[in-house]
Amino acid sequence: MDYFLELFVGGLTRGSIYALIALGYTMVYGIIQLINFAHGEIYMIGAFTALIVSSVLAMYGMEGISVLIISTVLAVMYSAAYGFTVEKIAYKPLRQAPRLSPLISAIGMSIFLQNYVLLAQTSDFLPFPSLIPEIDLPERYQHIIGSSELVIVSVTALVMIGLTIFIKFTKIGKAMRATAQDRSMAMLLGVNVNRVISNTFILGSALAAIGGVLIASHVGRINFYIGFIAGIKAFTTAVLGGIGSIPGAVLGGLVLGWTESFATGYISSDYEDVFSFVLLVVILIFKPTGLLGKTLVQKV
Amino acid sequence: MNIITGIKDSLLVSLWFILLTFPIMVIRVNTIENVVEWRWRNMLLVGAGSFILSLVWRYLHKRKEAGGQESPDEPETVPLVRRILDTPRLLIPALIALGIALAVFPFTFSVYQVNIMITAIMFVVLGLGLNIVVGLAGLLDLGYVAFYAVGAYSYALLNYHYDVGFWIALPIGALLAFSAGILLGFPVLRLRGDYLAIVTLGFGEIIRLILENWNEFSFGPSGISNIDRPGFFGIDFSFREASIYIYFIMIGLCLFTIFVVNRLEKSRIGRAWIALREDEIACQAMGIDKTKTKLAAFALGATWAGMIGVVFAAKTTFINPASFTFMESAIILCIVVLGGMGSILGVMLAAIILILLPEYLRAFSDYRMIVFGACMVLMMVFRPQGLISGGRSIYQLNQAQKDLQKDP
Amino acid sequence: MKKRLFVFSLPVLFLSLFLTPIFSGNALAQDTIKLGIAGPHSGDLASYGIPSIKAAELVVKEINAKGGVLGKQVELLVEDDVCKPELATNTATKLVSKGVHVVLGHVCSGATKAALGIYKDAKVIAMSPSATNPALTQAGEFPNFYRTIAADDEQAKLEVHFAINKLKAKNIAVIHDKGDYGKGLAEYAKKFVEEGKQANVVLFEGITPGAVDYSAIVQKIKQSKADTVIYGGYHPEASSIIMLMRKKKMKTNFVSADGVKDDTFIKVAGKSAEGVYATGPKDVSKNPMAITYNEAHKKAHGADPGAFFLNAVAATQALLNAIQKAGSTDAAAVAKVLQGQDVDTPLGKIKFDKKGDAIGVGFSVYQVKKGVFVELK
Repeated sequence: MDYFLELFVGGLTRGSIYALIALGYTMVYGIIQLINFAHGEIYMIGAFTALIVSSVLAMYGMEGISVLIISTVLAVMYSAAYGFTVEKIAYKPLRQAPRLSPLISAIGMSIFLQNYVLLAQTSDFLPFPSLIPEIDLPERYQHIIGSSELVIVSVTALVMIGLTIFIKFTKIGKAMRATAQDRSMAMLLGVNVNRVISNTFILGSALAAIGGVLIASHVGRINFYIGFIAGIKAFTTAVLGGIGSIPGAVLGGLVLGWTESFATGYISSDYEDVFSFVLLVVILIFKPTGLLGKTLVQKV
Repeated sequence: MNIITGIKDSLLVSLWFILLTFPIMVIRVNTIENVVEWRWRNMLLVGAGSFILSLVWRYLHKRKEAGGQESPDEPETVPLVRRILDTPRLLIPALIALGIALAVFPFTFSVYQVNIMITAIMFVVLGLGLNIVVGLAGLLDLGYVAFYAVGAYSYALLNYHYDVGFWIALPIGALLAFSAGILLGFPVLRLRGDYLAIVTLGFGEIIRLILENWNEFSFGPSGISNIDRPGFFGIDFSFREASIYIYFIMIGLCLFTIFVVNRLEKSRIGRAWIALREDEIACQAMGIDKTKTKLAAFALGATWAGMIGVVFAAKTTFINPASFTFMESAIILCIVVLGGMGSILGVMLAAIILILLPEYLRAFSDYRMIVFGACMVLMMVFRPQGLISGGRSIYQLNQAQKDLQKDP
Repeated sequence: MKKRLFVFSLPVLFLSLFLTPIFSGNALAQDTIKLGIAGPHSGDLASYGIPSIKAAELVVKEINAKGGVLGKQVELLVEDDVCKPELATNTATKLVSKGVHVVLGHVCSGATKAALGIYKDAKVIAMSPSATNPALTQAGEFPNFYRTIAADDEQAKLEVHFAINKLKAKNIAVIHDKGDYGKGLAEYAKKFVEEGKQANVVLFEGITPGAVDYSAIVQKIKQSKADTVIYGGYHPEASSIIMLMRKKKMKTNFVSADGVKDDTFIKVAGKSAEGVYATGPKDVSKNPMAITYNEAHKKAHGADPGAFFLNAVAATQALLNAIQKAGSTDAAAVAKVLQGQDVDTPLGKIKFDKKGDAIGVGFSVYQVKKGVFVELK
């Protein structure tokens, strides 16, 4: 039973991270139908910024929870700024272009950002300080869940709740939903669509940065390449849950996290990714728009 | 006035980039000795660089917008290539010149040049193959490299176990890839757009992971070495001769592909693909069998990948799963989109640019890939419709009929 | 307008594409000893390839300052292969057509295998600082190949011997990273454990390099009740696994090979690295040459050298020394010197056997004690 619980918690942690990154994918897709391949790189830049900031702070003798907060805040700000800039350079000029063109510029952007960090920083793996303080849990539960897992899962939960409220009730959130539903109609009703798109990128990138800081602190190492695999996994998550749907991203993340965790635990980690992709195919065959995706009625 | 606001805006942009790149460009943390390195010089470089780039960007955009306002029907906006293609008087000499250049090329340039040219032509064919799926049928396929792997491994394994030669393996590889295309096609036919994209991506990864893990079958990550180069009546070639031989095989294959794809495009099924791309429901209403048409696109696209896979195995004489990652699929997709979806000439041009560019960018050494990424973004931003956008065949009344109509 | 601009730019682009290599090819001075350096200099494995460039740069700078080899200056031709076989053949042909005399590389075994055929045809000697696949030398296919690192099976034998005899391991979990190097090593380890019949392999699994986290596999190791983990792979994944294991308060022994015996491993894993065992080339930290080169690297680049740095230094020295002693760049003559005469390198005095493996590069087991790898006698 303990083994099951351990795997369950492992899957939950992993799934939470997938969900945090997938949110950015799913929101961007919902609004401009673009698979933003550079999103994984934004997550990587978030983690790098946090590493740099926290090391600089550590130099000046700062310690403890304040380092975590300052570096997370700065990482979120910088990731948001990168997301915003990437959108302005690589996607905005392509608003009217054929549907696949932004996809290619996204792949180009992803290559560019990876190599930018490689050149400006290093190709080596860097140790990431464990910013999340170790709290000793009761002996009975220690081996099942650690403090960093606890923090990851609860932060994800909080972010999800906050995001849902934000999208539901604020003016920006409403504008985002309106734009996702029908861009030209929203424009006619006085929504500044360009600003809404920018906001979406900023918000999605900020969430990715939170994911980046949490996972880097949990795993303890980063390099310029971590965004690539995380990006592909997050993309899978978003599609699994129904691309464009925010609760879908969360559900997709959890399903994917658990599949991988249990597949490794009970079968073999050799084919870990095969299991997750097979699951994806099977789900899509029975529900072609993902778990929580809306079935689009096609009009001619 | 205009210039001043331009400069002011560019200054703001450069300020923004200085702030943006500050932590990553300026600060480097040396975790060994726990010192922070402040590289202020980089900050100046970023500032100056982004200022100039921003000015150029602004200028180009203005050019682009001004260009957009010209009436699109003006004859002089027809691209040079298309003009050459449309006038036989220009086309024939151009083709002859190209033919001579291609024939002379391997004898005048070094083996290295010949080799990367082979790679470029291989990617021309791959691009043309994927063009059937993405460009014509409009099915976004991110796992095209899977079929490429199927072809390569079928030759490598057949050669290893049964000593099968290149020429026999070529159709076998194509056939196996064709079957793999149908196998993948069946379950995913219901999916549309980006759902299809992720499933094909998954399929590509699954194939690669199986090759990596199933040692008894594929020799795992250590790969298969000593694959035979293509034979020519049992003559033993030196490396240079073999390269030239493969070069001409590839030219032949490429011509064959162009011929077939060109015919396909204008055939009944080709037009069905285009119709399917434009509007699925209308297409079904017109009585086109959606399932069959999509499957045909997948399978035919896969066939080319399988064939090139065989050539690939024969050319490198060693394969392992590392050559069949998502990045390869992405590059082939880039070739199709950059070329202008559905345009054969565009795909060829794009393949040559995208494959030769990183090779020639080796001069930039460290900056090779960053320049490559930037080029991809810039090419898309300034030519979003691709290098040569696919020309629609328009059936027009010919001059005689027009004249007839003019004076009844 | 825009179209015209585009039409103009195309021929210019093409012309420049074709002209650059021609000019750069001819502009170079003719009379130099050309040392090719091939390996991954971009992409996810760049951190294993870049140190060998730095190593060669340092060695060559020193040799050139002393007047070069055979009175000629040594010139470096650096080419990136991203560890991909198909690109490795391109880089190899490029080096060959630029008239390279000897090659330091490639770094990954797969890329090396693909490239060696081309060097063999061109009669160029290649020496890898890091390609450990046993077949490269033992299959005898490539007489032109040498390496300054020991093959996987040697290390696996040592690892298993150490785990069983010194650590008294009974249940061993063998984990690898599915890569060419890691999986090869793990398979040999598994084979040796099973042949020895003194311990059981309770788990044999591959992990996905670069995955978001490894908690599931760590739980599985724990569940398998293994007392020792033998890991085949590189340090990034190893550090994640060991950190998670220690976080879960597992006391399992962790034994690995030279892919992990890297200072970055200790830096990344920190406290968790304490007590980890790794096999690696015999201790050279007292070797004056090794100290000099490490210092030189620190001075030039402000950081400790990366993976396979000293192996690359040794390979560069061995190659250039062989050319000097042979009096020509002829492959047969160079090979004779490589096999016949000792050369002083940071790895100690080495020469090569008929198959191309270095003699004199011994192995020992290290343990992390107080943040450094300490050789166990």
